[in-house]
Amino acid sequence: MAEEAGGLVIDPMHQFQIHPLFGEGPLTWYTPTNQTLWLGITVVVISLLMLIGSAPRKVIPGRTQSIAELLYTFIHDMVEEVTGHEGAKFFPYLMVLFTFIVTSNLLGLLPGSFAPTSHIAVTAVLAMMVFLTVTLVGFYKKGIGFLGMFWVSSAPLVLRPILALIELISYFVRPLSHSIRLGGNIMAGHAVIKVFAGFAGVMGIASVVPIAAIAAIYGLELLVAIVQAYVFTILTCVYLRDAVGEAHH
Amino acid sequence: MLTTETVAGAAGEASQKGMPQLNFATWPNQVFWLLVALVIIYIVMTKIAMPRIAAVLAERKGKIGGDLAAAEELKSKAKAAEKAYNLALEQARAEAAKIIVATKAEIQKDLNAAMADADAQILAKAAESEKRIAEIRAGAVQAVAEVARDTAGALVTALGGTADDAAIAAAVAVRLKG
Repeated sequence: MAEEAGGLVIDPMHQFQIHPLFGEGPLTWYTPTNQTLWLGITVVVISLLMLIGSAPRKVIPGRTQSIAELLYTFIHDMVEEVTGHEGAKFFPYLMVLFTFIVTSNLLGLLPGSFAPTSHIAVTAVLAMMVFLTVTLVGFYKKGIGFLGMFWVSSAPLVLRPILALIELISYFVRPLSHSIRLGGNIMAGHAVIKVFAGFAGVMGIASVVPIAAIAAIYGLELLVAIVQAYVFTILTCVYLRDAVGEAHH
Repeated sequence: MLTTETVAGAAGEASQKGMPQLNFATWPNQVFWLLVALVIIYIVMTKIAMPRIAAVLAERKGKIGGDLAAAEELKSKAKAAEKAYNLALEQARAEAAKIIVATKAEIQKDLNAAMADADAQILAKAAESEKRIAEIRAGAVQAVAEVARDTAGALVTALGGTADDAAIAAAVAVRLKG
Protein backbone atom coordinates (compact mmCIF):
# COMPACT_ATOMS: atom_id res chain seq x y z
CA MET A 1 0.00 0.00 0.00
CA ALA A 2 2.86 2.36 0.80
CA GLU A 3 3.99 4.34 -2.21
CA GLU A 4 7.64 5.29 -2.72
CA ALA A 5 8.41 8.22 -5.04
CA GLY A 6 11.53 10.12 -4.12
CA GLY A 7 10.90 10.47 -0.42
CA LEU A 8 7.16 10.65 -0.92
CA VAL A 9 5.66 8.10 1.44
CA ILE A 10 1.91 7.84 1.42
CA ASP A 11 0.39 5.23 3.65
CA PRO A 12 -3.34 5.90 3.37
CA MET A 13 -4.20 2.84 5.42
CA HIS A 14 -2.13 3.79 8.41
CA GLN A 15 -4.95 5.93 9.80
CA PHE A 16 -7.07 2.83 10.24
CA GLN A 17 -4.55 1.14 12.57
CA ILE A 18 -6.02 0.04 15.85
CA HIS A 19 -3.63 0.36 18.76
CA PRO A 20 -4.04 0.27 22.53
CA LEU A 21 -4.95 3.62 23.97
CA PHE A 22 -2.58 3.25 26.93
CA GLY A 23 0.87 1.68 26.63
CA GLU A 24 2.12 -0.76 24.08
CA GLY A 25 0.80 -4.02 25.51
CA PRO A 26 -0.83 -6.74 23.45
CA LEU A 27 -4.33 -6.21 22.22
CA THR A 28 -6.85 -8.29 24.11
CA TRP A 29 -10.61 -8.28 23.64
CA TYR A 30 -11.10 -5.68 26.36
CA THR A 31 -8.09 -3.38 25.79
CA PRO A 32 -9.31 0.19 25.30
CA THR A 33 -8.05 1.28 21.88
CA ASN A 34 -8.20 4.41 19.79
CA GLN A 35 -11.35 2.92 18.28
CA THR A 36 -12.81 2.47 21.76
CA LEU A 37 -12.11 6.15 22.41
CA TRP A 38 -14.05 7.22 19.32
CA LEU A 39 -16.85 4.77 20.00
CA GLY A 40 -17.05 6.40 23.43
CA ILE A 41 -17.07 9.89 21.93
CA THR A 42 -19.86 8.77 19.57
CA VAL A 43 -21.86 7.47 22.52
CA VAL A 44 -21.31 10.71 24.46
CA VAL A 45 -22.27 12.91 21.51
CA ILE A 46 -25.46 10.93 20.82
CA SER A 47 -26.37 10.82 24.51
CA LEU A 48 -25.82 14.56 24.98
CA LEU A 49 -27.80 15.37 21.84
CA MET A 50 -30.70 13.12 22.78
CA LEU A 51 -30.72 14.00 26.48
CA ILE A 52 -30.32 17.77 26.08
CA GLY A 53 -32.60 17.66 23.06
CA SER A 54 -35.37 15.89 24.91
CA ALA A 55 -34.95 17.65 28.26
CA PRO A 56 -36.82 20.95 27.64
CA ARG A 57 -40.00 19.20 26.40
CA LYS A 58 -41.19 22.48 24.99
CA VAL A 59 -44.17 22.65 22.70
CA ILE A 60 -42.22 25.12 20.58
CA PRO A 61 -38.80 23.44 20.31
CA GLY A 62 -35.43 25.12 20.57
CA ARG A 63 -32.49 24.23 18.35
CA THR A 64 -31.23 21.10 20.08
CA GLN A 65 -34.74 19.89 20.69
CA SER A 66 -35.50 20.41 17.00
CA ILE A 67 -32.55 18.25 15.99
CA ALA A 68 -33.55 15.45 18.36
CA GLU A 69 -37.17 15.62 17.20
CA LEU A 70 -36.12 15.77 13.56
CA LEU A 71 -34.07 12.59 14.00
CA TYR A 72 -36.97 10.93 15.79
CA THR A 73 -39.61 11.79 13.22
CA PHE A 74 -37.27 11.09 10.30
CA ILE A 75 -36.58 7.52 11.41
CA HIS A 76 -40.15 7.04 12.61
CA ASP A 77 -41.58 8.01 9.23
CA MET A 78 -39.03 5.83 7.46
CA VAL A 79 -39.96 2.78 9.51
CA GLU A 80 -43.69 3.40 9.10
CA GLU A 81 -43.39 3.98 5.38
CA VAL A 82 -41.06 1.14 4.44
CA THR A 83 -41.75 -1.55 7.01
CA GLY A 84 -45.37 -0.76 7.64
CA HIS A 85 -47.24 -0.70 10.90
CA GLU A 86 -45.93 -4.12 11.90
CA GLY A 87 -42.36 -2.84 11.91
CA ALA A 88 -43.05 -0.07 14.41
CA LYS A 89 -41.61 -2.10 17.26
CA PHE A 90 -38.22 -2.07 15.54
CA PHE A 91 -38.21 1.72 15.66
CA PRO A 92 -35.84 2.02 18.67
CA TYR A 93 -33.46 -0.46 17.07
CA LEU A 94 -33.35 1.55 13.84
CA MET A 95 -33.02 4.77 15.79
CA VAL A 96 -29.88 3.35 17.45
CA LEU A 97 -28.53 2.12 14.11
CA PHE A 98 -29.02 5.40 12.30
CA THR A 99 -27.80 7.72 15.03
CA PHE A 100 -24.76 5.52 15.69
CA ILE A 101 -23.75 5.29 12.03
CA VAL A 102 -24.38 8.91 11.12
CA THR A 103 -22.63 10.25 14.22
CA SER A 104 -19.67 7.92 13.82
CA ASN A 105 -19.36 8.82 10.12
CA LEU A 106 -19.51 12.56 10.80
CA LEU A 107 -17.13 12.44 13.79
CA GLY A 108 -14.74 10.45 11.60
CA LEU A 109 -14.48 13.49 9.33
CA LEU A 110 -12.88 15.56 12.07
CA PRO A 111 -9.16 15.92 11.34
CA GLY A 112 -7.14 13.41 13.38
CA SER A 113 -10.20 11.43 14.39
CA PHE A 114 -11.05 7.81 13.83
CA ALA A 115 -14.18 6.45 12.21
CA PRO A 116 -15.31 3.13 13.75
CA THR A 117 -17.60 2.64 10.74
CA SER A 118 -14.54 2.45 8.46
CA HIS A 119 -13.84 -0.98 9.94
CA ILE A 120 -15.48 -4.01 8.43
CA ALA A 121 -15.62 -5.61 11.89
CA VAL A 122 -17.98 -2.87 13.05
CA THR A 123 -20.15 -2.80 9.95
CA ALA A 124 -20.19 -6.59 9.80
CA VAL A 125 -21.55 -6.79 13.33
CA LEU A 126 -24.20 -4.20 12.49
CA ALA A 127 -25.14 -6.08 9.32
CA MET A 128 -25.13 -9.50 11.00
CA MET A 129 -27.39 -8.14 13.72
CA VAL A 130 -29.82 -7.04 11.03
CA PHE A 131 -29.50 -10.37 9.20
CA LEU A 132 -30.10 -12.42 12.33
CA THR A 133 -33.00 -10.21 13.42
CA VAL A 134 -34.68 -10.50 10.04
CA THR A 135 -34.17 -14.28 9.87
CA LEU A 136 -35.29 -15.00 13.43
CA VAL A 137 -38.25 -12.61 13.36
CA GLY A 138 -39.25 -13.95 9.96
CA PHE A 139 -39.35 -17.56 11.16
CA TYR A 140 -40.99 -16.55 14.45
CA LYS A 141 -43.73 -14.55 12.72
CA LYS A 142 -44.40 -16.69 9.66
CA GLY A 143 -42.97 -20.06 10.64
CA ILE A 144 -42.03 -22.15 7.65
CA GLY A 145 -44.00 -19.73 5.50
CA PHE A 146 -41.04 -17.38 5.71
CA LEU A 147 -39.37 -19.60 3.13
CA GLY A 148 -42.17 -18.68 0.73
CA MET A 149 -40.20 -15.50 0.19
CA PHE A 150 -37.78 -17.54 -1.94
CA TRP A 151 -40.54 -19.21 -3.95
CA VAL A 152 -41.50 -16.63 -6.58
CA SER A 153 -45.09 -17.61 -7.20
CA SER A 154 -45.57 -15.07 -9.98
CA ALA A 155 -42.89 -16.74 -12.16
CA PRO A 156 -43.49 -19.76 -14.43
CA LEU A 157 -43.23 -23.04 -12.55
CA VAL A 158 -40.10 -24.16 -14.43
CA LEU A 159 -38.20 -21.06 -13.42
CA ARG A 160 -39.16 -21.16 -9.76
CA PRO A 161 -36.44 -23.53 -8.50
CA ILE A 162 -33.77 -21.50 -10.29
CA LEU A 163 -35.18 -18.24 -8.94
CA ALA A 164 -35.38 -19.79 -5.48
CA LEU A 165 -31.67 -20.59 -5.66
CA ILE A 166 -30.86 -17.05 -6.80
CA GLU A 167 -33.07 -15.57 -4.09
CA LEU A 168 -31.44 -17.75 -1.48
CA ILE A 169 -27.95 -16.72 -2.53
CA SER A 170 -28.92 -13.06 -2.61
CA TYR A 171 -30.42 -13.42 0.84
CA PHE A 172 -27.17 -14.70 2.30
CA VAL A 173 -25.11 -12.12 0.42
CA ARG A 174 -27.16 -9.35 2.00
CA PRO A 175 -25.11 -8.97 5.21
CA LEU A 176 -21.91 -8.92 3.15
CA SER A 177 -23.06 -6.18 0.77
CA HIS A 178 -24.80 -4.39 3.63
CA SER A 179 -21.59 -4.16 5.68
CA ILE A 180 -19.06 -3.63 2.90
CA ARG A 181 -21.15 -0.86 1.32
CA LEU A 182 -20.89 1.22 4.49
CA GLY A 183 -17.37 0.27 5.58
CA GLY A 184 -15.95 0.53 2.08
CA ASN A 185 -17.45 3.95 1.44
CA ILE A 186 -16.13 5.45 4.65
CA MET A 187 -12.71 3.80 4.31
CA ALA A 188 -12.29 4.84 0.67
CA GLY A 189 -13.16 8.46 1.39
CA HIS A 190 -10.68 8.68 4.23
CA ALA A 191 -7.97 6.95 2.20
CA VAL A 192 -8.45 9.29 -0.76
CA ILE A 193 -8.18 12.34 1.48
CA LYS A 194 -5.02 10.89 2.98
CA VAL A 195 -3.49 10.31 -0.46
CA PHE A 196 -4.15 13.90 -1.49
CA ALA A 197 -2.79 15.13 1.82
CA GLY A 198 0.39 13.14 1.13
CA PHE A 199 0.76 14.90 -2.22
CA ALA A 200 0.17 18.27 -0.60
CA GLY A 201 3.05 17.66 1.79
CA VAL A 202 5.74 17.55 -0.94
CA MET A 203 4.44 19.75 -3.75
CA GLY A 204 5.45 23.14 -2.38
CA ILE A 205 3.43 26.01 -3.79
CA ALA A 206 1.61 23.69 -6.18
CA SER A 207 0.06 21.92 -3.22
CA VAL A 208 -2.83 24.36 -3.64
CA VAL A 209 -4.22 21.86 -6.14
CA PRO A 210 -4.38 18.81 -3.83
CA ILE A 211 -5.61 21.02 -0.97
CA ALA A 212 -8.45 22.27 -3.15
CA ALA A 213 -9.15 18.67 -4.08
CA ILE A 214 -9.23 17.71 -0.40
CA ALA A 215 -11.74 20.49 0.27
CA ALA A 216 -13.94 19.24 -2.56
CA ILE A 217 -13.68 15.61 -1.47
CA TYR A 218 -14.38 16.61 2.10
CA GLY A 219 -17.68 18.10 0.98
CA LEU A 220 -18.45 14.91 -0.89
CA GLU A 221 -17.53 12.84 2.15
CA LEU A 222 -19.96 14.82 4.30
CA LEU A 223 -22.66 13.82 1.86
CA VAL A 224 -21.43 10.21 1.79
CA ALA A 225 -21.38 10.05 5.60
CA ILE A 226 -25.07 10.95 5.81
CA VAL A 227 -26.21 9.11 2.69
CA GLN A 228 -24.52 5.85 3.72
CA ALA A 229 -26.11 6.01 7.17
CA TYR A 230 -29.46 6.59 5.46
CA VAL A 231 -28.87 3.75 3.00
CA PHE A 232 -27.89 1.33 5.76
CA THR A 233 -31.00 2.21 7.76
CA ILE A 234 -33.47 2.11 4.89
CA LEU A 235 -32.06 -1.23 3.68
CA THR A 236 -32.56 -2.54 7.19
CA CYS A 237 -36.18 -1.40 6.95
CA VAL A 238 -36.56 -3.11 3.58
CA TYR A 239 -35.13 -6.37 4.95
CA LEU A 240 -37.36 -6.15 8.01
CA ARG A 241 -40.38 -5.86 5.76
CA ASP A 242 -39.56 -9.33 4.43
CA ALA A 243 -39.80 -10.63 7.96
CA VAL A 244 -42.92 -8.82 9.22
CA GLY A 245 -44.75 -7.43 6.22
CA GLU A 246 -46.77 -9.12 3.54
CA ALA A 247 -44.79 -10.80 0.78
CA HIS A 248 -43.87 -8.40 -1.99
CA HIS A 249 -42.61 -10.94 -4.52
CA MET B 1 -7.94 -15.70 26.47
CA LEU B 2 -4.41 -16.88 26.01
CA THR B 3 -5.02 -17.74 22.38
CA THR B 4 -6.49 -14.33 21.71
CA GLU B 5 -3.47 -12.64 23.16
CA THR B 6 -0.97 -14.70 21.25
CA VAL B 7 -2.87 -14.19 18.02
CA ALA B 8 -3.02 -10.47 18.73
CA GLY B 9 0.68 -10.39 19.44
CA ALA B 10 1.52 -12.26 16.28
CA ALA B 11 -0.77 -10.08 14.23
CA GLY B 12 0.66 -6.95 15.80
CA GLU B 13 3.76 -7.10 13.63
CA ALA B 14 1.85 -8.13 10.55
CA SER B 15 -0.61 -5.28 10.96
CA GLN B 16 1.88 -2.79 9.55
CA LYS B 17 1.25 -4.32 6.13
CA GLY B 18 -2.11 -4.86 4.49
CA MET B 19 -5.43 -3.42 5.48
CA PRO B 20 -5.95 -2.92 9.21
CA GLN B 21 -9.57 -3.79 8.54
CA LEU B 22 -8.54 -7.35 7.65
CA ASN B 23 -6.38 -7.81 10.73
CA PHE B 24 -8.73 -10.26 12.35
CA ALA B 25 -6.76 -10.21 15.60
CA THR B 26 -8.40 -6.89 16.43
CA TRP B 27 -11.92 -8.11 15.69
CA PRO B 28 -12.88 -9.46 19.13
CA ASN B 29 -11.83 -6.16 20.66
CA GLN B 30 -13.76 -4.15 18.08
CA VAL B 31 -16.88 -6.29 18.41
CA PHE B 32 -16.82 -6.11 22.20
CA TRP B 33 -16.54 -2.34 22.40
CA LEU B 34 -19.02 -1.85 19.58
CA LEU B 35 -21.61 -3.93 21.46
CA VAL B 36 -20.93 -1.93 24.63
CA ALA B 37 -21.44 1.31 22.74
CA LEU B 38 -24.62 0.08 21.07
CA VAL B 39 -26.09 -1.13 24.34
CA ILE B 40 -25.43 2.22 26.01
CA ILE B 41 -27.00 4.12 23.11
CA TYR B 42 -29.95 1.72 23.13
CA ILE B 43 -30.53 2.29 26.85
CA VAL B 44 -30.25 6.07 26.52
CA MET B 45 -32.66 6.02 23.57
CA THR B 46 -35.33 3.69 24.90
CA LYS B 47 -35.23 4.58 28.58
CA ILE B 48 -34.94 8.36 28.42
CA ALA B 49 -34.80 10.14 25.08
CA MET B 50 -37.46 8.44 22.98
CA PRO B 51 -40.27 8.38 25.58
CA ARG B 52 -39.66 12.07 26.25
CA ILE B 53 -39.70 13.01 22.58
CA ALA B 54 -42.76 10.86 21.98
CA ALA B 55 -44.53 12.64 24.85
CA VAL B 56 -43.58 16.08 23.52
CA LEU B 57 -44.72 15.20 20.00
CA ALA B 58 -48.00 13.81 21.33
CA GLU B 59 -48.53 16.90 23.43
CA ARG B 60 -47.82 19.15 20.46
CA LYS B 61 -50.18 17.17 18.28
CA GLY B 62 -52.87 17.43 20.93
CA LYS B 63 -52.29 21.14 21.36
CA ILE B 64 -52.41 21.82 17.64
CA GLY B 65 -55.56 19.73 17.40
CA GLY B 66 -57.10 21.63 20.31
CA ASP B 67 -56.14 24.97 18.83
CA LEU B 68 -57.60 23.99 15.49
CA ALA B 69 -60.82 22.89 17.17
CA ALA B 70 -60.97 26.18 19.11
CA ALA B 71 -60.38 28.11 15.89
CA GLU B 72 -63.15 26.14 14.22
CA GLU B 73 -65.49 26.92 17.09
CA LEU B 74 -64.64 30.63 17.01
CA LYS B 75 -65.19 30.61 13.28
CA SER B 76 -68.62 29.07 13.65
CA LYS B 77 -69.40 31.59 16.39
CA ALA B 78 -68.37 34.45 14.12
CA LYS B 79 -70.56 32.99 11.40
CA ALA B 80 -73.52 32.79 13.77
CA ALA B 81 -72.93 36.40 14.87
CA GLU B 82 -72.81 37.51 11.26
CA LYS B 83 -76.02 35.64 10.56
CA ALA B 84 -77.72 37.27 13.56
CA TYR B 85 -76.48 40.68 12.44
CA ASN B 86 -77.78 40.12 8.93
CA LEU B 87 -81.10 38.97 10.32
CA ALA B 88 -81.37 42.09 12.51
CA LEU B 89 -80.47 44.24 9.53
CA GLU B 90 -83.15 42.56 7.45
CA GLN B 91 -85.74 43.04 10.18
CA ALA B 92 -84.80 46.69 10.60
CA ARG B 93 -85.15 47.19 6.88
CA ALA B 94 -88.56 45.55 6.84
CA GLU B 95 -89.63 47.68 9.82
CA ALA B 96 -88.42 50.81 8.10
CA ALA B 97 -90.29 49.87 4.93
CA LYS B 98 -93.46 49.31 6.94
CA ILE B 99 -93.08 52.66 8.70
CA ILE B 100 -92.53 54.36 5.37
CA VAL B 101 -95.70 52.80 3.96
CA ALA B 102 -97.72 53.73 7.06
CA THR B 103 -96.43 57.29 7.04
CA LYS B 104 -97.15 57.63 3.37
CA ALA B 105 -100.72 56.39 3.93
CA GLU B 106 -101.22 58.81 6.79
CA ILE B 107 -99.90 61.73 4.78
CA GLN B 108 -102.13 60.69 1.91
CA LYS B 109 -105.11 60.60 4.25
CA ASP B 110 -104.35 64.06 5.60
CA LEU B 111 -103.78 65.30 2.10
CA ASN B 112 -107.07 63.83 0.92
CA ALA B 113 -108.91 65.38 3.82
CA ALA B 114 -107.33 68.75 3.16
CA MET B 115 -108.15 68.45 -0.54
CA ALA B 116 -111.75 67.54 0.20
CA ASP B 117 -112.00 70.47 2.60
CA ALA B 118 -110.52 72.82 0.06
CA ASP B 119 -112.83 71.46 -2.65
CA ALA B 120 -115.83 71.99 -0.43
CA GLN B 121 -114.79 75.54 0.36
CA ILE B 122 -114.15 76.22 -3.29
CA LEU B 123 -117.55 74.82 -4.19
CA ALA B 124 -119.22 76.94 -1.55
CA LYS B 125 -117.44 80.05 -2.71
CA ALA B 126 -118.25 79.26 -6.33
CA ALA B 127 -121.93 78.74 -5.51
CA GLU B 128 -122.07 82.02 -3.65
CA SER B 129 -120.34 83.82 -6.43
CA GLU B 130 -122.71 82.28 -8.96
CA LYS B 131 -125.64 83.37 -6.91
CA ARG B 132 -124.34 86.87 -6.74
CA ILE B 133 -123.58 86.86 -10.45
CA ALA B 134 -127.14 85.65 -11.08
CA GLU B 135 -128.52 88.38 -8.89
CA ILE B 136 -126.42 90.96 -10.65
CA ARG B 137 -127.47 89.58 -14.00
CA ALA B 138 -131.14 89.54 -13.00
CA GLY B 139 -130.79 93.11 -11.75
CA ALA B 140 -129.14 94.11 -14.99
CA VAL B 141 -131.85 92.46 -17.14
CA GLN B 142 -134.57 94.17 -15.18
CA ALA B 143 -132.85 97.52 -15.51
CA VAL B 144 -132.37 96.98 -19.25
CA ALA B 145 -136.05 96.06 -19.63
CA GLU B 146 -137.07 99.14 -17.73
CA VAL B 147 -134.82 101.37 -19.73
CA ALA B 148 -136.03 99.73 -22.93
CA ARG B 149 -139.67 100.19 -21.97
CA ASP B 150 -139.08 103.80 -21.03
CA THR B 151 -137.10 104.47 -24.15
CA ALA B 152 -139.66 102.69 -26.30
CA GLY B 153 -142.52 104.61 -24.64
CA ALA B 154 -140.65 107.90 -25.12
CA LEU B 155 -139.89 107.02 -28.77
CA VAL B 156 -143.51 106.07 -29.46
CA THR B 157 -144.73 109.31 -27.88
CA ALA B 158 -142.12 111.31 -29.71
CA LEU B 159 -143.14 109.73 -33.01
CA GLY B 160 -146.67 110.80 -32.34
CA GLY B 161 -148.23 107.62 -31.23
CA THR B 162 -149.95 106.70 -28.15
CA ALA B 163 -147.89 104.77 -25.74
CA ASP B 164 -149.58 101.50 -24.85
CA ASP B 165 -147.75 100.34 -21.81
CA ALA B 166 -148.85 96.73 -22.09
CA ALA B 167 -147.97 96.47 -25.78
CA ILE B 168 -144.59 98.07 -25.23
CA ALA B 169 -143.86 95.78 -22.33
CA ALA B 170 -144.77 92.72 -24.41
CA ALA B 171 -142.70 93.89 -27.35
CA VAL B 172 -139.67 94.56 -25.14
CA ALA B 173 -140.05 91.20 -23.46
CA VAL B 174 -140.17 89.47 -26.90
CA ARG B 175 -137.10 91.45 -28.03
CA LEU B 176 -135.18 90.69 -24.86
CA LYS B 177 -135.84 87.03 -25.17
CA GLY B 178 -134.73 86.90 -28.79
